[in-house]
Order: sequence, then structure tokens, then C-alpha cells
Amino acid sequence: MPADAILIKEEDNVATALHDLEAGREAAVRLGQGERKVPIAEPIPFGHKFAVRKIAKGENILKYGEVIGRATRDIEAGAHAHVQNIESLRGRGDWEKEDTAL
Amino acid sequence: MSFMGYRREEGRAGTRNYVGLLSTVVCANEVAEGIAARVSGTVPFLHHQGCCQTPVDIARVNSVLTGLGCNPNLASVILVSLGCESTDVAGVAKAIAATGKDVKTIVIQEIGGAGRSVAEGALLAQEMVRQASVQQRTQCPASDIVLGLKCGSSDTTQGIAANPALGVASDLVVRCGGTSVLGEVTEFIGAEHLLVRHARNKEIGDKILALVKRIEDRAKSVGCDMRGGQPTGGNIKGGLTTIEEKSLGAIAKAGTAPIEAVYEYGQRPAVRGLVVMDSPGREPEILTGLAAAGCNVIAFTTGRGAPQGFPFVPVIKITGNAVTWGKLQDHIDLDVSELMKGTSSYPVEGQRIYKEILEVASGRMTKAEICGYTRAMDIYMVGPVI
Repeated sequence: MPADAILIKEEDNVATALHDLEAGREAAVRLGQGERKVPIAEPIPFGHKFAVRKIAKGENILKYGEVIGRATRDIEAGAHAHVQNIESLRGRGDWEKEDTAL
Repeated sequence: MSFMGYRREEGRAGTRNYVGLLSTVVCANEVAEGIAARVSGTVPFLHHQGCCQTPVDIARVNSVLTGLGCNPNLASVILVSLGCESTDVAGVAKAIAATGKDVKTIVIQEIGGAGRSVAEGALLAQEMVRQASVQQRTQCPASDIVLGLKCGSSDTTQGIAANPALGVASDLVVRCGGTSVLGEVTEFIGAEHLLVRHARNKEIGDKILALVKRIEDRAKSVGCDMRGGQPTGGNIKGGLTTIEEKSLGAIAKAGTAPIEAVYEYGQRPAVRGLVVMDSPGREPEILTGLAAAGCNVIAFTTGRGAPQGFPFVPVIKITGNAVTWGKLQDHIDLDVSELMKGTSSYPVEGQRIYKEILEVASGRMTKAEICGYTRAMDIYMVGPVI
């Protein structure tokens, strides 16, 4: 069976969909030679990510075994993990903004 | 391993053999373009700089035009000048001529307008093309490859498929004694700790960190979250969520070779092997920077389907996205999407890319060259227009 998604490193908490995944199905997630099953909670477009386990608000998001950002709210297993619930920790000029209004 | 290239007087090998029409200021673009449209075998380099800029940027225009003129893919050069720009046209001409190339300058304000300049330039270019056309390709070792690395219009397939495969190809270029140039420093943000582990020594690692800090500080100075600019709107549609995620995928295209040196934008590497060059991620600026650094071929991975090429350096497009390959085969040269399916391996696809690099270096035309999509060019500036 071809995989539906790919998990790059064992410790990653998000997987990448290899084609569009509909809600309610079980996705076969490839990790190296192995595979695990994750129930999909909402539609995941091709190339987008979903949580492979519950991720709590404030937790780091891991892909490639590295931190790619932080959860801005709880993300359920199988839920779409993207800009609506993950923030970047870099290039955040908004965090350092001083009052420069003219 | 070898390829068939044009051996230039100063030793470098070209993969193309054009007469370059380098506009020395934004105001001379139309004349350079006019000449190029009339004379086959010529290519124009057009940009928006050369006047009303701080001295830092004027110096950059001078050095980038010099680097472009010295690129071995140009047999000879015509500098197309307006006459009143800040660019040091005579200095650029002298530096390019030092490589042994024929360099001519035409000045619109001296010749007397655009019409006469196009006519005079076209006659000059015709004679230079005639001279250039007698040069033959000869066998050149793979160590003469100076490969530019680029990814663009990215999605999540790049970090998983196309970039690691290009990394294998880059390692092969380096192993054969060639040079591979990694730019797009914005796309180191969040992955710089991994690049630093590849640095030949601590000094080089510190230089990489300094480049990343400089470009991140510049992005932050406008007081916004840079998401939407980097990663771009298109990247986000393609599933990339943060710059960290994009960067971790982007740096895979540099492979595993040690980083031997770090250079400013457009600077020619003085060493062989893998090097880092400062540049932003946007296509016109990075492609120009790679060409100015002397790259004679560029490999460009794209998930969503970037069509851009460069006037005189062939740009090989590689995608790991099967949907994009299906839709954009007139722009993309290689499909490595089997890596997504798990039905191929990085060594196999990396070898395919390496073979394509040598074939394109020997004269095989890229899709971008064939469909005439070769005008992604401009010079990366650091200061304001004043």
C-alpha cells in the first residue's frame, strides 16, 4: 500500500500529506521502512501537515527532528497543523516593535 | 567526469558563448534591449540600479557588473551606458578587459540618442558575435563546474525530495573538484545551527551566523512578523508554515560537503568546494548574484513551479511535486517526485541531476532557455534609493 503521508523523524509531531486526505479516514504514515496509522480529523491538502499526536498550546512543533515553530493553541491528533495554529519564532519584527509612528 | 565547454583566456570554462550587453544604469536598459532584439547571439543584462544610490550600493553595482562581464559564459561584452550615471563604467570595462575579453562601451548621450545608439551598438555587436562564433567547445574537467544552488516557489516537497537530491548532486560536483555556491541567506533562518556544523572552521561558522543575523535584523527592522513575505503566500499555500520549516528544507540542497568560505553578494569564490554567498531568496537578485560570482550553471528546485531563467547562465529546474511536473513540463527539466512516493533513492536522483548538470554544461538547452523565460535579473541593494 502506498503511504498517505510521511513522518521524517521519529520524534516529529507533524507529518506531511502525500496527497489530499479527507476527514474521517485513517492515514498510513511512512517513517523510514515502517508505517503507523493516524486518524484524520479534518481535510488535509497535499503537501500540508497534520499532527500525529495531540500537541498542547505552547509546545514546539518538530519536523526533520528540528523545531519549526510553536503551537498557538492545542492541536488534536489528525488535525491540520499550519499557520492557523503554529507561529514562527524567527523574523518576528512584531515582537521587537518600538513606537515609531510618525 | 568532464563536459564540453568554452575555454576562456584567463582559464575559466564557459557553458554558453554569448556577447553580453550589460546596461550600466536603469536608464540605458532600452538601448541594451534594442540591440539584443536585433542581433542573434547576444543577451542583455538589465537592472534598476546605477544612479541616485548610496556609495555602498554604487560600489556593489560596479562589482556585480564586473563579475557578470567576467562570467565565462560571455565571450565578449558591450557596456551600454547613458553617460551621466554614478556607475564607474570605465573601471568596470577595465576590470572585465583584464580577463582578456573584448570589451566595448557605447554611451547614449555621446552617440546622440537611443536610435543612433541601438544602430551603432547593433553593428558593433554583429562583429563581436562573428568573432565569438568561431570559438569551439573543448573537453573541460568537471572541476570547471561552478554550480549555483537555488530553490524557489517552494512547497513541502522540496525539503523531502528535490533539495536533498540536489544536495547529492552538489556533493558530486565538489567531489570532482568543482565549486558549489549556496545563497538565499534568508532561508538559513532557523537552520543556521545545522549549516554551522558543516563549516570548515569556527571563523567560517561565525561568518555564516553574522550573515543570518544581518538579514534577519533587516527583516525585523520594519516591525512586522515576516511571515507572508518569508515564507511567501505561495509557500504557505504549498504547506510551508514557518521560515524555520522552509529553511530546514532549503539547506538540504547544499548536501554534506564542508563549507569552505563565506562571501558577500556577487563575489567570485577564491576557493573550490562548497561556499556560501550572501543574498536574499528572490529570483532576480539571487540568480544575478550567482552569475556575478562566476557560476556557469545553476540548479533550481521548485515545488509549485517557478519558470525563471537567467539571460546567460542555464538554469535547470527540478521538481519533487508530481502535480507540478504534470502541469509545467514546458518549464521544468527534471522530475524527482518518486522520492515522495518512496520508489526511488537520493543517490539515484542525485546522480540524475549531476548528469543533467554536465549535459546542460555541454550545451543541452534548458526548458527556460527553450521557452525564452530568461529575464529574471536585478542587483541586490542594501541601502535606499535617494
